[in-house]
Amino acid sequence: MSRTLVVAGHGMVAHRLVEAIRSEDAEGTWRIVVFGEERRPAYDRVGLTSYVDGWDAGALALPGADYSGDEAVELRLGDPVTGVDREARRVVTAGGHSERYDALVLATGSRPFVPPVPGHDLPGCFVYRTIEDLDAIHAAVERARGGRGRPAAAVVGGGLLGLEAAKALRDMGLSPHVVEMAPRLMPLQVDEGGGALLRRLVTALGVTVHTGTSTDAIEADRGKLCAKLGNGTELDVDLVVFSAGVRPRDDLARQCGLEVAERGGVLVDSSCRTSDPHVYAIGECAAIEGRVYGLVAPGYTMAEVAAARLLGRDATFPGADTSTKLKLMGVDVASFGDAHAATEGALEVVFNDAVNGSYKKLVVSDDSATLLGGVLVGDAGDYNLLRPLVGNPLPADPATILAPAGGGGAVGIEALPEEAQICSCNAVTKGAITWAITDEGCDSVPAVKACTRAGTSCGSCVPMLGRLLSACGVEQSKALCEHFTVSRAELFEIVRATRISTFSELIARHGKGSGCAICKPAVASILATLGNGHILNGEQAALQDTNDHYLANLQRNGTYSVVPRIPGGEITPDKLIVIGEVAREFGLYAKITGGQRIDLFGATVEQLPRIWRRLVDAGFESGHAYGKALRTVKSCVGSTWCRYGVQDSVGLAIELELRYRGLRSPHKLKSAVSGCARECAEARGKDFGVIATDNGWNLYVGGNGGTMPRHADLLVSDVDTETLIRIIDRFLMFYVRTADRLQRTAPWIEELDGGLGHLREVIVEDSLGICAELEAAMARHVEEYADEWKGVLEDPEKLARFTSFVNAPGVPDPTISFRTEREQPVPVLLPVPEVVGR
Amino acid sequence: MTAMAQRTWVAVCPVESVPRGDGVAALLDNGEQVAIFRTESDEFHGLSNMDPFSGAAVLSRGIVGDADGVAVVASPVYKQRFELSTGACLDDENVRVRTYPVRIAGGVVHVGSP
Ligand SMILES: Cc1cc2nc3c(=O)[nH]c(=O)nc-3n(C[C@H](O)[C@H](O)[C@H](O)COP(=O)(O)OP(=O)(O)OC[C@H]3O[C@@H](n4cnc5c(N)ncnc54)[C@H](O)[C@@H]3O)c2cc1C
Repeated sequence: MSRTLVVAGHGMVAHRLVEAIRSEDAEGTWRIVVFGEERRPAYDRVGLTSYVDGWDAGALALPGADYSGDEAVELRLGDPVTGVDREARRVVTAGGHSERYDALVLATGSRPFVPPVPGHDLPGCFVYRTIEDLDAIHAAVERARGGRGRPAAAVVGGGLLGLEAAKALRDMGLSPHVVEMAPRLMPLQVDEGGGALLRRLVTALGVTVHTGTSTDAIEADRGKLCAKLGNGTELDVDLVVFSAGVRPRDDLARQCGLEVAERGGVLVDSSCRTSDPHVYAIGECAAIEGRVYGLVAPGYTMAEVAAARLLGRDATFPGADTSTKLKLMGVDVASFGDAHAATEGALEVVFNDAVNGSYKKLVVSDDSATLLGGVLVGDAGDYNLLRPLVGNPLPADPATILAPAGGGGAVGIEALPEEAQICSCNAVTKGAITWAITDEGCDSVPAVKACTRAGTSCGSCVPMLGRLLSACGVEQSKALCEHFTVSRAELFEIVRATRISTFSELIARHGKGSGCAICKPAVASILATLGNGHILNGEQAALQDTNDHYLANLQRNGTYSVVPRIPGGEITPDKLIVIGEVAREFGLYAKITGGQRIDLFGATVEQLPRIWRRLVDAGFESGHAYGKALRTVKSCVGSTWCRYGVQDSVGLAIELELRYRGLRSPHKLKSAVSGCARECAEARGKDFGVIATDNGWNLYVGGNGGTMPRHADLLVSDVDTETLIRIIDRFLMFYVRTADRLQRTAPWIEELDGGLGHLREVIVEDSLGICAELEAAMARHVEEYADEWKGVLEDPEKLARFTSFVNAPGVPDPTISFRTEREQPVPVLLPVPEVVGR
Repeated sequence: MTAMAQRTWVAVCPVESVPRGDGVAALLDNGEQVAIFRTESDEFHGLSNMDPFSGAAVLSRGIVGDADGVAVVASPVYKQRFELSTGACLDDENVRVRTYPVRIAGGVVHVGSP
């Protein structure tokens, strides 16, 4: 007979507990009943702020959190536990349900702390903890937009959560005020020097910071709110968000007489057991050995400990690392170990670079031999190497480690001891990862992730996994293919530097063999980017990939589809009619694409030039739907027509499409421009997307749809058109030069050492001094652009390629035939020959 | 004595019509389609033009190259590679496409019956 485990609360920690038990309890000795107060299964609260990116709650879902198909788990949502009868071992819920338990786990998390200032409960005052909280804030912002003037907001609390809330408001297009009682932002994590820099960086991003002052009252004032600060300042705002810390939700425990810690939290011992042996508490509601942790990693550790105990194994909480590293509005902040030098005799070594916006402090033991902790603001690149060193001898003089050039280089991964935690989210040590590589044969970052779980939560240690692989002697080959040992980026530099202009010369000098379907198109693309004339010129033609080879898209029956460019999706009636006439004349199937243009299917090879002739004569050109190149720049209708538009999105989309058309790149490039924050053009799903603001444009980079959908990240905000185009020029050229073959912008940015921050340094701040060169390269591209279809029509030699049969020009492939479906031609497919043994 | 079946040759095109490292297709009288390839080292090969994985007659439009030194063409549809001299598929040992003999005479490419 199985026993019953009741879990109160379904947050991230409760979910980890259920997962841990279910993965080990195959016989089902525990039947698990989970009661959750929120109406949805546990979700990624740590990532809550990213909800603003698309208002897609699904993006925060935790895998498997609904336990569908697992009969041992019953999940009752929207039904909080309201009472515990410890004698009868029963819980009752708000919905009137009663459940007996053999063991009870409290995982009720915490509630936002709202200081009891007068007016804190007025309409327009919010907290910041759940998806519903964000929906309510969003609705208030939208309502405020309907009113007069630009909506304004105040955030009470300048700690981690307050800055998260400020970021969310900023992403909604507001310039929030942040009010913090302490003399600096994030007082728990950073010291005075770090706080000063953080303030400067955040202010530059449009956040107004008020430190060292209380919030004394909130008053309603003619449909708005007035926040009165202790220093006399009054802020006229539409909404106020309280994020001034959290308090453990220990009310159930108090009610049923369990011990609670002095400053709140259900008191548990190092095995997560409360004063009643049948009741456990884990996560943010627990005061483990008297201490409450407000981070998810210690909560996960508690979940693992409680799960082990419930399954009859021994386990104790080893203590937790409260180090944090985060990126707020693009600003790195990290603190680790004894950040405030509280240890007896501790020394501080500070490196403060005001010019480059970087503050670093190391806290070391009195003999300066052992690292105790540190604070990094502006550039936290060294965090991954420094944090695991805490408590260990320093590999070099602290000043050398902090010096910009020494940096990460001074602290090699070899210096880390085996027991150093590389992944603090999942508590994976260097030793465990090394073992996975050497004993389990993991030979790639994904393999190490799958085997150890390292890097599967916040992902900040992923670059370390790569370095550990190299340190263990595992070569992660960058070779393009068997013919070239260099990567695509290196090949690009070779071609650029040597000005080699043919594949045969390149492979003879820098490769071996005669090439393949990987390196030939890659080289073709590099040559095209560097401006090597028409892509079907001479020897280049045979290098082109399937679609580029015929400047059209090959379909499954051997016919092609044709997509003329319709910049920004804007088209005159006359041109629309021409497309219809062409489709009718050549018997083509017509479909509107997702990129706001029209795709004509079913053209045979010999029809292609005749179709192009008609289109080119009517003023069309190639839309490059066949190329790893810029596809379309989609747009909403913009301020010309739309009642809500704030900028001319169509005009900009056309300008961008005409500027970057024909640019060959490692993968396809998509773009869009939205005329206001409603984002109808879905610009954040694109490689580079532009969204209009009252003051100019925001540029987002690294988004895509497809199998791994991803929203683009904000690169620069409120820039004018000229600046915008300059930065896109640099972005695209830098990408085209350094990305891997078939690597879209999102994984490219992810793999850049330093990620988006590094990208911003290179292309916005010009840290490598290459921006002028990138811009010049783009200017050359714009200058040399020519329509590829026209290029074929004007050259009899190229035209001659467009026949199905070398010995019967003009005869179409006799195996191609069509039938009619919904009044349009569709291919009749030939049976694929039955293949033996498949 | 064994009777040798008479092989018939059909003239297809001038040698220059097949660029190095590329392919063209020819239509035979019986409706069969032959993909003719010319390697970088000027060897000529003939394969059935039919891609067995998609059913489309397009192999001649694939990229010609080598795998470990063996001359191959990669199908333009799903990229499986076929050995030019034998028609064997390198990515699926159960698949092979028909080969056709090709010879050059007087600067003209000829395809023979298989
Ligand atoms: C915006 C934001 C950013 C954050 N960023 C970070 C970060 O970068 N790094 C980090 O480590 N941590 C971060 N945190 C903190 C982290 O989210 C928490 O530590 C973590 O969610 C705690 O998990 P939990 O399961 O203990 O509690 P919770 O996630 O709060 O879950 C508790 C659940 O129990 C429910 N509940 C409460 N009472 C009852 C009841 N009586 N019956 C049934 N259900 C009940 C609650 O409604 C809730 O759904 C962040 C938090 C927020 C809000």
